[in-house]
Amino acid sequence: MSDHFGGPALFLDRSDINTDEIIPAKYLTEISKEALKPYCLEDLSLEGFDHQSEAMAQARVIVTRKNFGCGSSREHAPWVFEVNDIKVVIAESFARIFRQNMYNCGMMAIELAAPELDRLFELAEYGQVHIHIDVNRRQINAETHTKRLTFNFDITPFDMALVNAGGWINFVDTRY
Amino acid sequence: MGQTIAEKIFARHFRDEPFPGVNILNIDRVFCHEILTPIAINDLIQRGRDGVFDREKVKAIIDHVTPSKDSKTATQAKTMRDWARRVGLKDFFDVGQNGVCHALFPEKGFIRPGQTVIMGDSHTCTYGAFGSFAAGVGTTDLEVGIMKGICSFRPPVTIRINLTGELRAGVYAKDVILYIIGAIGVNGATDRIIEFHGPVVNKMSMEARMTLCNMAVEAGATTGICEPDATTVDYLWPFIQAEYRDRNSALDDFSQWRADIDADYSETLNFDLSSLEPQVTYNYKPDCVKTVGEMAGTPIDQVYIGSCTNGRLEDLRIAAEVLKGHKIADTIRAILSPATPATFQAAIKDGLIDIFMEAGFCVTNPTCGACLGLSNGVLAEGEVCASTTNRNFNGRMGKGGMVHLMSPATAAATALQGSIADARTISAQP
Ligand code: SF4
Repeated sequence: MSDHFGGPALFLDRSDINTDEIIPAKYLTEISKEALKPYCLEDLSLEGFDHQSEAMAQARVIVTRKNFGCGSSREHAPWVFEVNDIKVVIAESFARIFRQNMYNCGMMAIELAAPELDRLFELAEYGQVHIHIDVNRRQINAETHTKRLTFNFDITPFDMALVNAGGWINFVDTRY
Repeated sequence: MGQTIAEKIFARHFRDEPFPGVNILNIDRVFCHEILTPIAINDLIQRGRDGVFDREKVKAIIDHVTPSKDSKTATQAKTMRDWARRVGLKDFFDVGQNGVCHALFPEKGFIRPGQTVIMGDSHTCTYGAFGSFAAGVGTTDLEVGIMKGICSFRPPVTIRINLTGELRAGVYAKDVILYIIGAIGVNGATDRIIEFHGPVVNKMSMEARMTLCNMAVEAGATTGICEPDATTVDYLWPFIQAEYRDRNSALDDFSQWRADIDADYSETLNFDLSSLEPQVTYNYKPDCVKTVGEMAGTPIDQVYIGSCTNGRLEDLRIAAEVLKGHKIADTIRAILSPATPATFQAAIKDGLIDIFMEAGFCVTNPTCGACLGLSNGVLAEGEVCASTTNRNFNGRMGKGGMVHLMSPATAAATALQGSIADARTISAQP
């Protein structure tokens, strides 16, 4: 496990982004994760968003609003992030299956309260935000050239164990 | 303190609590389809663990794109087929026997009250209609389910929804669930289980209860559950008659899976549905709902009747009643996909297929296909579909397409008029 999740952040200022937007169903006929790579967020309806942009290519963390990942149970949604080196999503809340899929893959779906999330979104107005997740301290460090913010987050012992194990399958193997 | 249905099922299936707030459950049914399973199968092979925990409890189907439409879907199907044979699954449904999973598995009598069911598919919640705890999961959970027959869940927190009053003629389970989702929102039941109660549910057929539970996930719910009753027993009777002396003893047994009167709910919501109007979605979220009256006249290019929500025999009957003796509008193309081979066959015998075809419908084989924009009725950019499915997400039935969700009756009326229409305004033909 790396305790250094992080990198440039991509801000998606919308609630209820669904799994069809993250990875359209027509790509579910692929049977390798790598094949999904070019289609990340292809159908996202968000003013000004371009899934082929440089910002998308560089993103390592996604910051978004409520109920992220609602819709289908497709694990292709976390996978398309994984193959694009995005291992963290920060949101006010997540849909159950998406959240569970993230931790099952050893990745992180971090919840932040709305006021803190607002401050994080405001930071983005000062330029490119780099986010570093300090897993052991349960801290999100976000910085631009001129400003720096730190947030604390909670993670359940179970989710932490999944991140440490590198996912649910490894965890299961040591226990059941 | 009494227990909710889910609490009773969790208690009976409890395996472990590795951390506070995490329940590992034993799973009775692990269902697999060709979209979310092949990657798990390939991973199991790679780990040298190619097998299943129980060849009767793991069941599989090819349903999302079937028969295969291209090399990629053919490879997915082949992966499933080879695996099902190799590991010796007792039940596997391929071309000729297959249909939409959540319509076919209940029809085969695979789901019983009190069971735990997982599937790599979000609409697994459909099976809650039988009083089971049935939840959609991703591929990793599915893989562990296949390997070990276990899955992790948070302890159940249940919202009780009481549905009272009497539905008017022309108002169906689909209208009820669209209305509920509209009321509580796509996030309204996240990490919660919805228990449906009240006279409206008690009167519903199993098909209607499946429609109701099918869309619980569109409100974010882990699953929807109805209490098993005499309707449940009647539906399952052909499959359980060897196990019980008579229907009453089956009912007695099933009753252990009813909620206790003093059960603890996180919330209780009451909906009086006496004046409910048929519902139709607008926009790209299933909680964007209006009455058919407000949506009437919206131009439509394609009508689709089918899916795990509304592709069962009862749905076909309702639509056929509206269509009988009429022709669809010139500007419309209309597609019917009966959800299972048995539904298809019964619809032929009952003369329903004749009614659809005489009206101008194209009738396709049972498959998910158009519902997720993969085959048999994909929309072009800018096209609008009136659909009996469960998701109106942006691009769901084809990139740039718009989907309006509605009941089979409203979809049929819409096909006739060429724009969204209220079935109650169509005059019945003898
Ligand atoms: S019919 Fe549609 S919603 Fe139902 S299982 Fe198939 S793709 Fe999913």
